Amino acid sequence: MFNVETIRKDFPILSRKVNGKPLVYLDNAATSQTPQQVIDVIVGYYSNYNANIHRGVHTLSQEATDKYEQARQKIQNHFNAKHAHEIIFTSGTTHSINLVANGFSTLLKKGDDILVSALEHHSNIVPWQMLCERTGANLKVIPMNQDGELVIPEFDALLSKNTKLVFVNHVSNALGTVNPIEYIIKQAHLYGAAVLIDGAQSTPHIKPDVQALDVDFYVASAHKMCGPTGEGMLYGKESWLKKLPPYQGGGEMIAEVTFEKTTYADLPYKFEAGTPNICGGIAFGAAIDYMNAIGFDAISKYEHELLEHATEKLLEIEGLKIYGTSKQKTSVISFNLEGIHPYDVGTILDKLGIAVRTGHHCAQPIMDYFNIPGTVRASFAFYNTKEEIDVLVSGVKKAKMMLS
Amino acid sequence: MSIKDIQNEIIDEFSMFEDWEERYQYMIDLGKDLPLIDDQYKTDSNIIKGCQSKVWVHADLKDDKIEFTADSDAIITKGIIAILIRVFSNQHPKDIIDADMDFIDKIGLKEHLSPTRANGLVSMIKQLKMYAIAYQTQLK
Repeated sequence: MFNVETIRKDFPILSRKVNGKPLVYLDNAATSQTPQQVIDVIVGYYSNYNANIHRGVHTLSQEATDKYEQARQKIQNHFNAKHAHEIIFTSGTTHSINLVANGFSTLLKKGDDILVSALEHHSNIVPWQMLCERTGANLKVIPMNQDGELVIPEFDALLSKNTKLVFVNHVSNALGTVNPIEYIIKQAHLYGAAVLIDGAQSTPHIKPDVQALDVDFYVASAHKMCGPTGEGMLYGKESWLKKLPPYQGGGEMIAEVTFEKTTYADLPYKFEAGTPNICGGIAFGAAIDYMNAIGFDAISKYEHELLEHATEKLLEIEGLKIYGTSKQKTSVISFNLEGIHPYDVGTILDKLGIAVRTGHHCAQPIMDYFNIPGTVRASFAFYNTKEEIDVLVSGVKKAKMMLS
Repeated sequence: MSIKDIQNEIIDEFSMFEDWEERYQYMIDLGKDLPLIDDQYKTDSNIIKGCQSKVWVHADLKDDKIEFTADSDAIITKGIIAILIRVFSNQHPKDIIDADMDFIDKIGLKEHLSPTRANGLVSMIKQLKMYAIAYQTQLK
């Protein structure tokens, strides 16, 4: 059974104090905290079987390789990929996106269209802008409405035989909107376009099934799923991954090298040049195990309760406005107090031991749309409690009193 | 008053407060007395980089002394820049350049001194001193 008090005991950091107050960590959309079970795996790796993988004949190397490949299988199972070699280890979502963008630079030509959503994180805008500069393709934006939802009829209208790629996040990092990716994938495929879904903000809450979605690429970061930083994944359909050229040259990614010609290794190694973050990959697998042991149904049900509680309590504060009011949302609340800068609110909350994010959340186009400098963003994880939300609410009230 | 005297005066004022809340409240109040920048100078080129909130600063030379005006869209940041301007305004460029900034630590705002801090106190000090260096060159 889901018991938040038991779960909280798994996270050593949750018992520390900040500015003399018990930490209330509500910046989970930036990075999640790490349970002891994952920390133990990291310590265990360096204490027992730290070695380079895929090369050594010695026992440690074999053990490390086995664990690393087991982690790949865990990720494969979690996302229900058809093959383990469709899972590429990367340093995170940004790296995964760049890998695909770079690959497409050889496949695109002038006049081709790339569609991105207005809800994107900067990391999902800049690589495509660079790609368009290199290839002469056009970057077109699927607009959003006042609720922070994508305007689907506009998306339909943008699709054409020129559309080669569609990039949308599964969940918006700034607003928490869950986008209708099933529809987007289906429609894009009618025009033969490939679809990449950024799962950085969805994977902490939802368990995606890449085969059921029929998605071409799906990317995620370990550190938002109770895993370590500097580790992530790219899922790509085998047919697409075979088509894309390697991203970086180096060891691991080659089959045979002479000065005349290099033959690339098979998937997934073709995209994994150099010594990877071995410990990170293994810990990513452990984090996925940890979250699955709790269960994503239980996680999303509980987080939804937190979201409803926080929304209700925060809206009781006069002059507080929530940005992103889509019916389909993950446990993220972006808000502002009327006439008060989000930075000021964040500073006061920090003094009270409450960690939130303030600013534009790397999504400046969204802030421009609402004509605001930024927001205060509180994002909840399954280890947060209603009591912590009440601490946030009284903190916001205090900030309002001090800053008005 | 010299820069040192003003700094000591501010240290005295802040020493009366018992907790962060009173300190911040006072800082917010100081922000309300900030000599406001004229609208014509509130341009993008006068924005100090490295702050999460916007801070505009303008400097004028009057009788060999620099007069600073500023503004910010965040109220705590406004308090911080107001303290800096109280210290630096109506001072000779050379004294501004040579000023020691230890007093920040003594008024309990050390946490804002970290170069990665989003409010950019370090950038503000740097920018004010840059103005002093520019005017010092003019005076020579």
